[in-house]
Amino acid sequence: MIEARGLTKRVRSGESMLTILHDVHLAVQPAEAIGVVGASGSGKTTLLSLLAGLDTPSAGSVRLDGTELFALDEDARAALRGQLIGFVFQSFQLLPALTALENVMLPLELSESPDARPMALEMLERVGLSERTHHYPKYLSGGEQQRVALARAFVTRPKVLFADEPTGSLDAATGAGVIELIFELNAHFGATLVLVTHDEPLAARCTRLVRLAGGRIAG
Amino acid sequence: MHFAHLVRFSASLLARDFRAGELRVLAAALLVAVAAATSVAFFADRLKQTFSREAHQLLGGDLLLISEKPWPREVPGELARRGLRSATSVSFISMVRAGEAGQLARVKAVEAGYPLRGTLRIASALNRADAPTKETPNPGVVWLDERLMSALGTTVGERVQLGELTLAIGAVLTLEPERGAGFMNLAPRLLINAADLPATGLIQTGSRVSYRLYAAGDPAAVSGFERWIQPRLARGQSVETLENARPEVRVLLERAEQFLGLIAALAMVLAGIAIAFATRRFVERHLDGCAVMRCLGAAQRTLVLAYVLEFVLLGAVVFAGGCLVGWIAHQALVHWLGQLAAVALPAPTLVPALQGFLIGVVLLLGFAVPPLLQIRDVPALRVIRRESRPPRASALLTYATGMIAASVLLVWQAGDVKLGGWVIVSFSGAGLAFFAVSLLLVRAAGGLASRGGVVLRYGLASLSRRGSSSALQIASLALGLTAILLLTVTRADLIAAWRRASPPDAPNRFVFNIQPDQLAGVQEHFREHGIVPPEVYPMVRGRLVAVNGQAISGADYESERTRRLVEREFNLSWTEALPAHNQLVAGTWWGANPGAEFSVEQGIARRLGLALGDTLTYAVAGETLIGRITSVRKLQWDSMRVNFFVIASPELLSRYPASYATSLRVAPEHEAGLNELTRRFPSLTVVDVSAMLRQLQTILDQVIAAVQFVFLFALAAGLIVLYAALGATEDERRREAALLRALGARARQVRAAHRVEFLFMGLLAGALGSAAALAIGSVLAFEVFQLNLEPNYWLALLGPLVGACLVMLNARIGLRSVFSTPPSVALREAG
Repeated sequence: MIEARGLTKRVRSGESMLTILHDVHLAVQPAEAIGVVGASGSGKTTLLSLLAGLDTPSAGSVRLDGTELFALDEDARAALRGQLIGFVFQSFQLLPALTALENVMLPLELSESPDARPMALEMLERVGLSERTHHYPKYLSGGEQQRVALARAFVTRPKVLFADEPTGSLDAATGAGVIELIFELNAHFGATLVLVTHDEPLAARCTRLVRLAGGRIAG
Repeated sequence: MHFAHLVRFSASLLARDFRAGELRVLAAALLVAVAAATSVAFFADRLKQTFSREAHQLLGGDLLLISEKPWPREVPGELARRGLRSATSVSFISMVRAGEAGQLARVKAVEAGYPLRGTLRIASALNRADAPTKETPNPGVVWLDERLMSALGTTVGERVQLGELTLAIGAVLTLEPERGAGFMNLAPRLLINAADLPATGLIQTGSRVSYRLYAAGDPAAVSGFERWIQPRLARGQSVETLENARPEVRVLLERAEQFLGLIAALAMVLAGIAIAFATRRFVERHLDGCAVMRCLGAAQRTLVLAYVLEFVLLGAVVFAGGCLVGWIAHQALVHWLGQLAAVALPAPTLVPALQGFLIGVVLLLGFAVPPLLQIRDVPALRVIRRESRPPRASALLTYATGMIAASVLLVWQAGDVKLGGWVIVSFSGAGLAFFAVSLLLVRAAGGLASRGGVVLRYGLASLSRRGSSSALQIASLALGLTAILLLTVTRADLIAAWRRASPPDAPNRFVFNIQPDQLAGVQEHFREHGIVPPEVYPMVRGRLVAVNGQAISGADYESERTRRLVEREFNLSWTEALPAHNQLVAGTWWGANPGAEFSVEQGIARRLGLALGDTLTYAVAGETLIGRITSVRKLQWDSMRVNFFVIASPELLSRYPASYATSLRVAPEHEAGLNELTRRFPSLTVVDVSAMLRQLQTILDQVIAAVQFVFLFALAAGLIVLYAALGATEDERRREAALLRALGARARQVRAAHRVEFLFMGLLAGALGSAAALAIGSVLAFEVFQLNLEPNYWLALLGPLVGACLVMLNARIGLRSVFSTPPSVALREAG
């Protein structure tokens, strides 16, 4: 499903260049769930952003569902993301001016889906928020916001879900609930999951663990 | 994304953003701008039509054709073909007799239907109240004006002899159109029916007769006819329009339009600033959302198009609302003014609505779209790394685009390149200076922050930390306050200066043809009747024949007005001192021992291409008179005083035979004394301009009321700028306040710190605004409106006070959410 070859990311840091990711090779099979772990600064989030085509590498390539990601321009990558990928972020990234329902409808509206509303309502019901559809994000708790984000991520039936520290802003109990939901939805929709976390027990629930250290795969 | 879907998507974005309150300031600013522009345009359009119609009353029609011979039949035929109404009159000077008394008078023979515009007013006897009439004298009846009645010592009911015809006096003619036009040559007047004209036997071959043809009707048809007739005019034929007949009305109308245009333009520039602020905030609040949408598959182009379309849709709704508000506002004004003017305004046209719409589009494109384009540069990666912000430097480009859009608008709206230019230069200069001074003082305030208590320290530190952003905020607040002060205090001063230029106690009578041997007697007569003897000016008629030794003729000039000026005789005068109501704008006035010198009026100098040092040659009483231009004067044509285009030094002109002229204010109780004057000195020509003056005052009152009204829009725009400028930092303040409160600061402490900050901003912005309002007001008054404005130094005190109060009040309203939002919510929103 995902194949990364020789992925390298360098950024300028003052006068010198800093290598964040160094020659990473990684293959993820369809419906596989991999947990990317490592200390802060190990390059986890950079790897996720490159695999999802949110950022461009200094060297190397990524093939996503048979498409060479960096052979496409940014708009074509965005279109591919719209078709194949769902995201869940640590900071939820809900649009504050949109209600819970509208946030979930957004990706469907962008892809011109005619059934945006019923599909979004169904997803919100699925994540247990059918009573909160017309609430704005600022009136939802952290856990509720992350569940809206999950509904938004899965409403397009993505082939791949990228989750970046999905429990990082939540307390342990709420976080556990959200993780349960992620794995449940992932199993239901048969999506490939790339989960970035520094939480080893959480990562252990994935089918495979990729450990990063100093921008390289350590195991 | 398909276009239809994009429109639906943008419409839903619009509905959601509007509901979430993201577009309120933007919509309010747009609404005020469009409403201001539309109401002014609607009102100006209708007022202009009314003013023209009112002014046309003084011509007797929309167009007046004058000829020395009867107009060929094809001319009235062409008028009829174009659907225009027409009427004729025949006018000439003749002797009128009543018993033994005789008097030269201007006879006017009119047909039914005269005048096409305006009304005749008659009274049943001298010094009785008059009333308008739609009639004209019946055959066999004559109406005499007051002066002719007095001069002949006759009354209504008696008979007068005009040529071979005896006519019964039917009424006293108190007002007739055309009285103002060309009044320098006016003799006492009488009106007869055109049917009586042949019986008088006064029209003979070679008689000096003026055949007048009046036309009125649809303005477009009138213009079309004017274009048709101009190339067909023969020698001795001319067309009088408002443009060339009434300089004082033209000056007033031009000034009125400038005033209205200026205020509407200010409202729009202010609204533009508010729009830029509101859009910047909108974009900042939507950057994260855009990054999310990039993640969810939205193409760059789709996002930009979606948001631009959202703004366009918002514009369409708000512009329609703005046009409606403008229309309602102008209707309210028309209703209110109706009582004052007692004139039915012509129906409004659609053009002003389109104008308002167009202005809204320009404002939106100029001020809102450039910051909106930042959305294009939002990387999807922003969802993960906040620091990867889009380039912010485009702010400068934004303001440059906005300034260009505002400049085009200003010049268009002010309808005057000079006025627009002055406002642009003044406001951009003031804006830059405000920013520089604010930046300097904000940084200095940072230095002070280390001293004082925690409240003062936090307040000043917060101001200084935001550095250029605070300076930009203060500069915008100062611009808003400049406009508010300019529009309140300076506007009142400008209007007072304007009223002074045409005061209600302006002279209402002109007296001409006072012979040198009558001077003492006339002055004595005034004193005897309790009238303060006015200053008299000698008048010598002369024709300009050469400039710098080069003979000139009308053919040398392109403009018809200039040609006429050159071809006719000038009334020259001479004085030792500069007349009090004249203002020297170049050169120096002659001293105690002047040489052969001329002083010319600046308008005619420009028209004839004359400059200081040029030599003028006049033909006076068969002699040649040569002098050098040593000064240029500015005149107030609406002052109702005796004005001269050219004044000569006594050395040059005093030896020529002259008559004298003066203007004076005659109170109603002194009317009889003045009537007696014409009986005592029958050769005097006394011209009553009180009707004209009343009309000028009415127009002036209407215009001033309109100015005050439109000012409300500008004031609203100024307040929105204040609100928008403060709103720009609202999110940041909310986060900071939440953090401080989370760290244990009491709400009272945070509030007090904010107060310190806003007090500083308000005082500084107010001080800067009042300095600019003083400077801009003086420049505008002198350079553009040609009025003398006394500087109002109260502004220096008032400005900071108003600034502090408005900013504090605004902050209290605008930043309520900073304190009403629980810290947890504010911190959560911040992500």
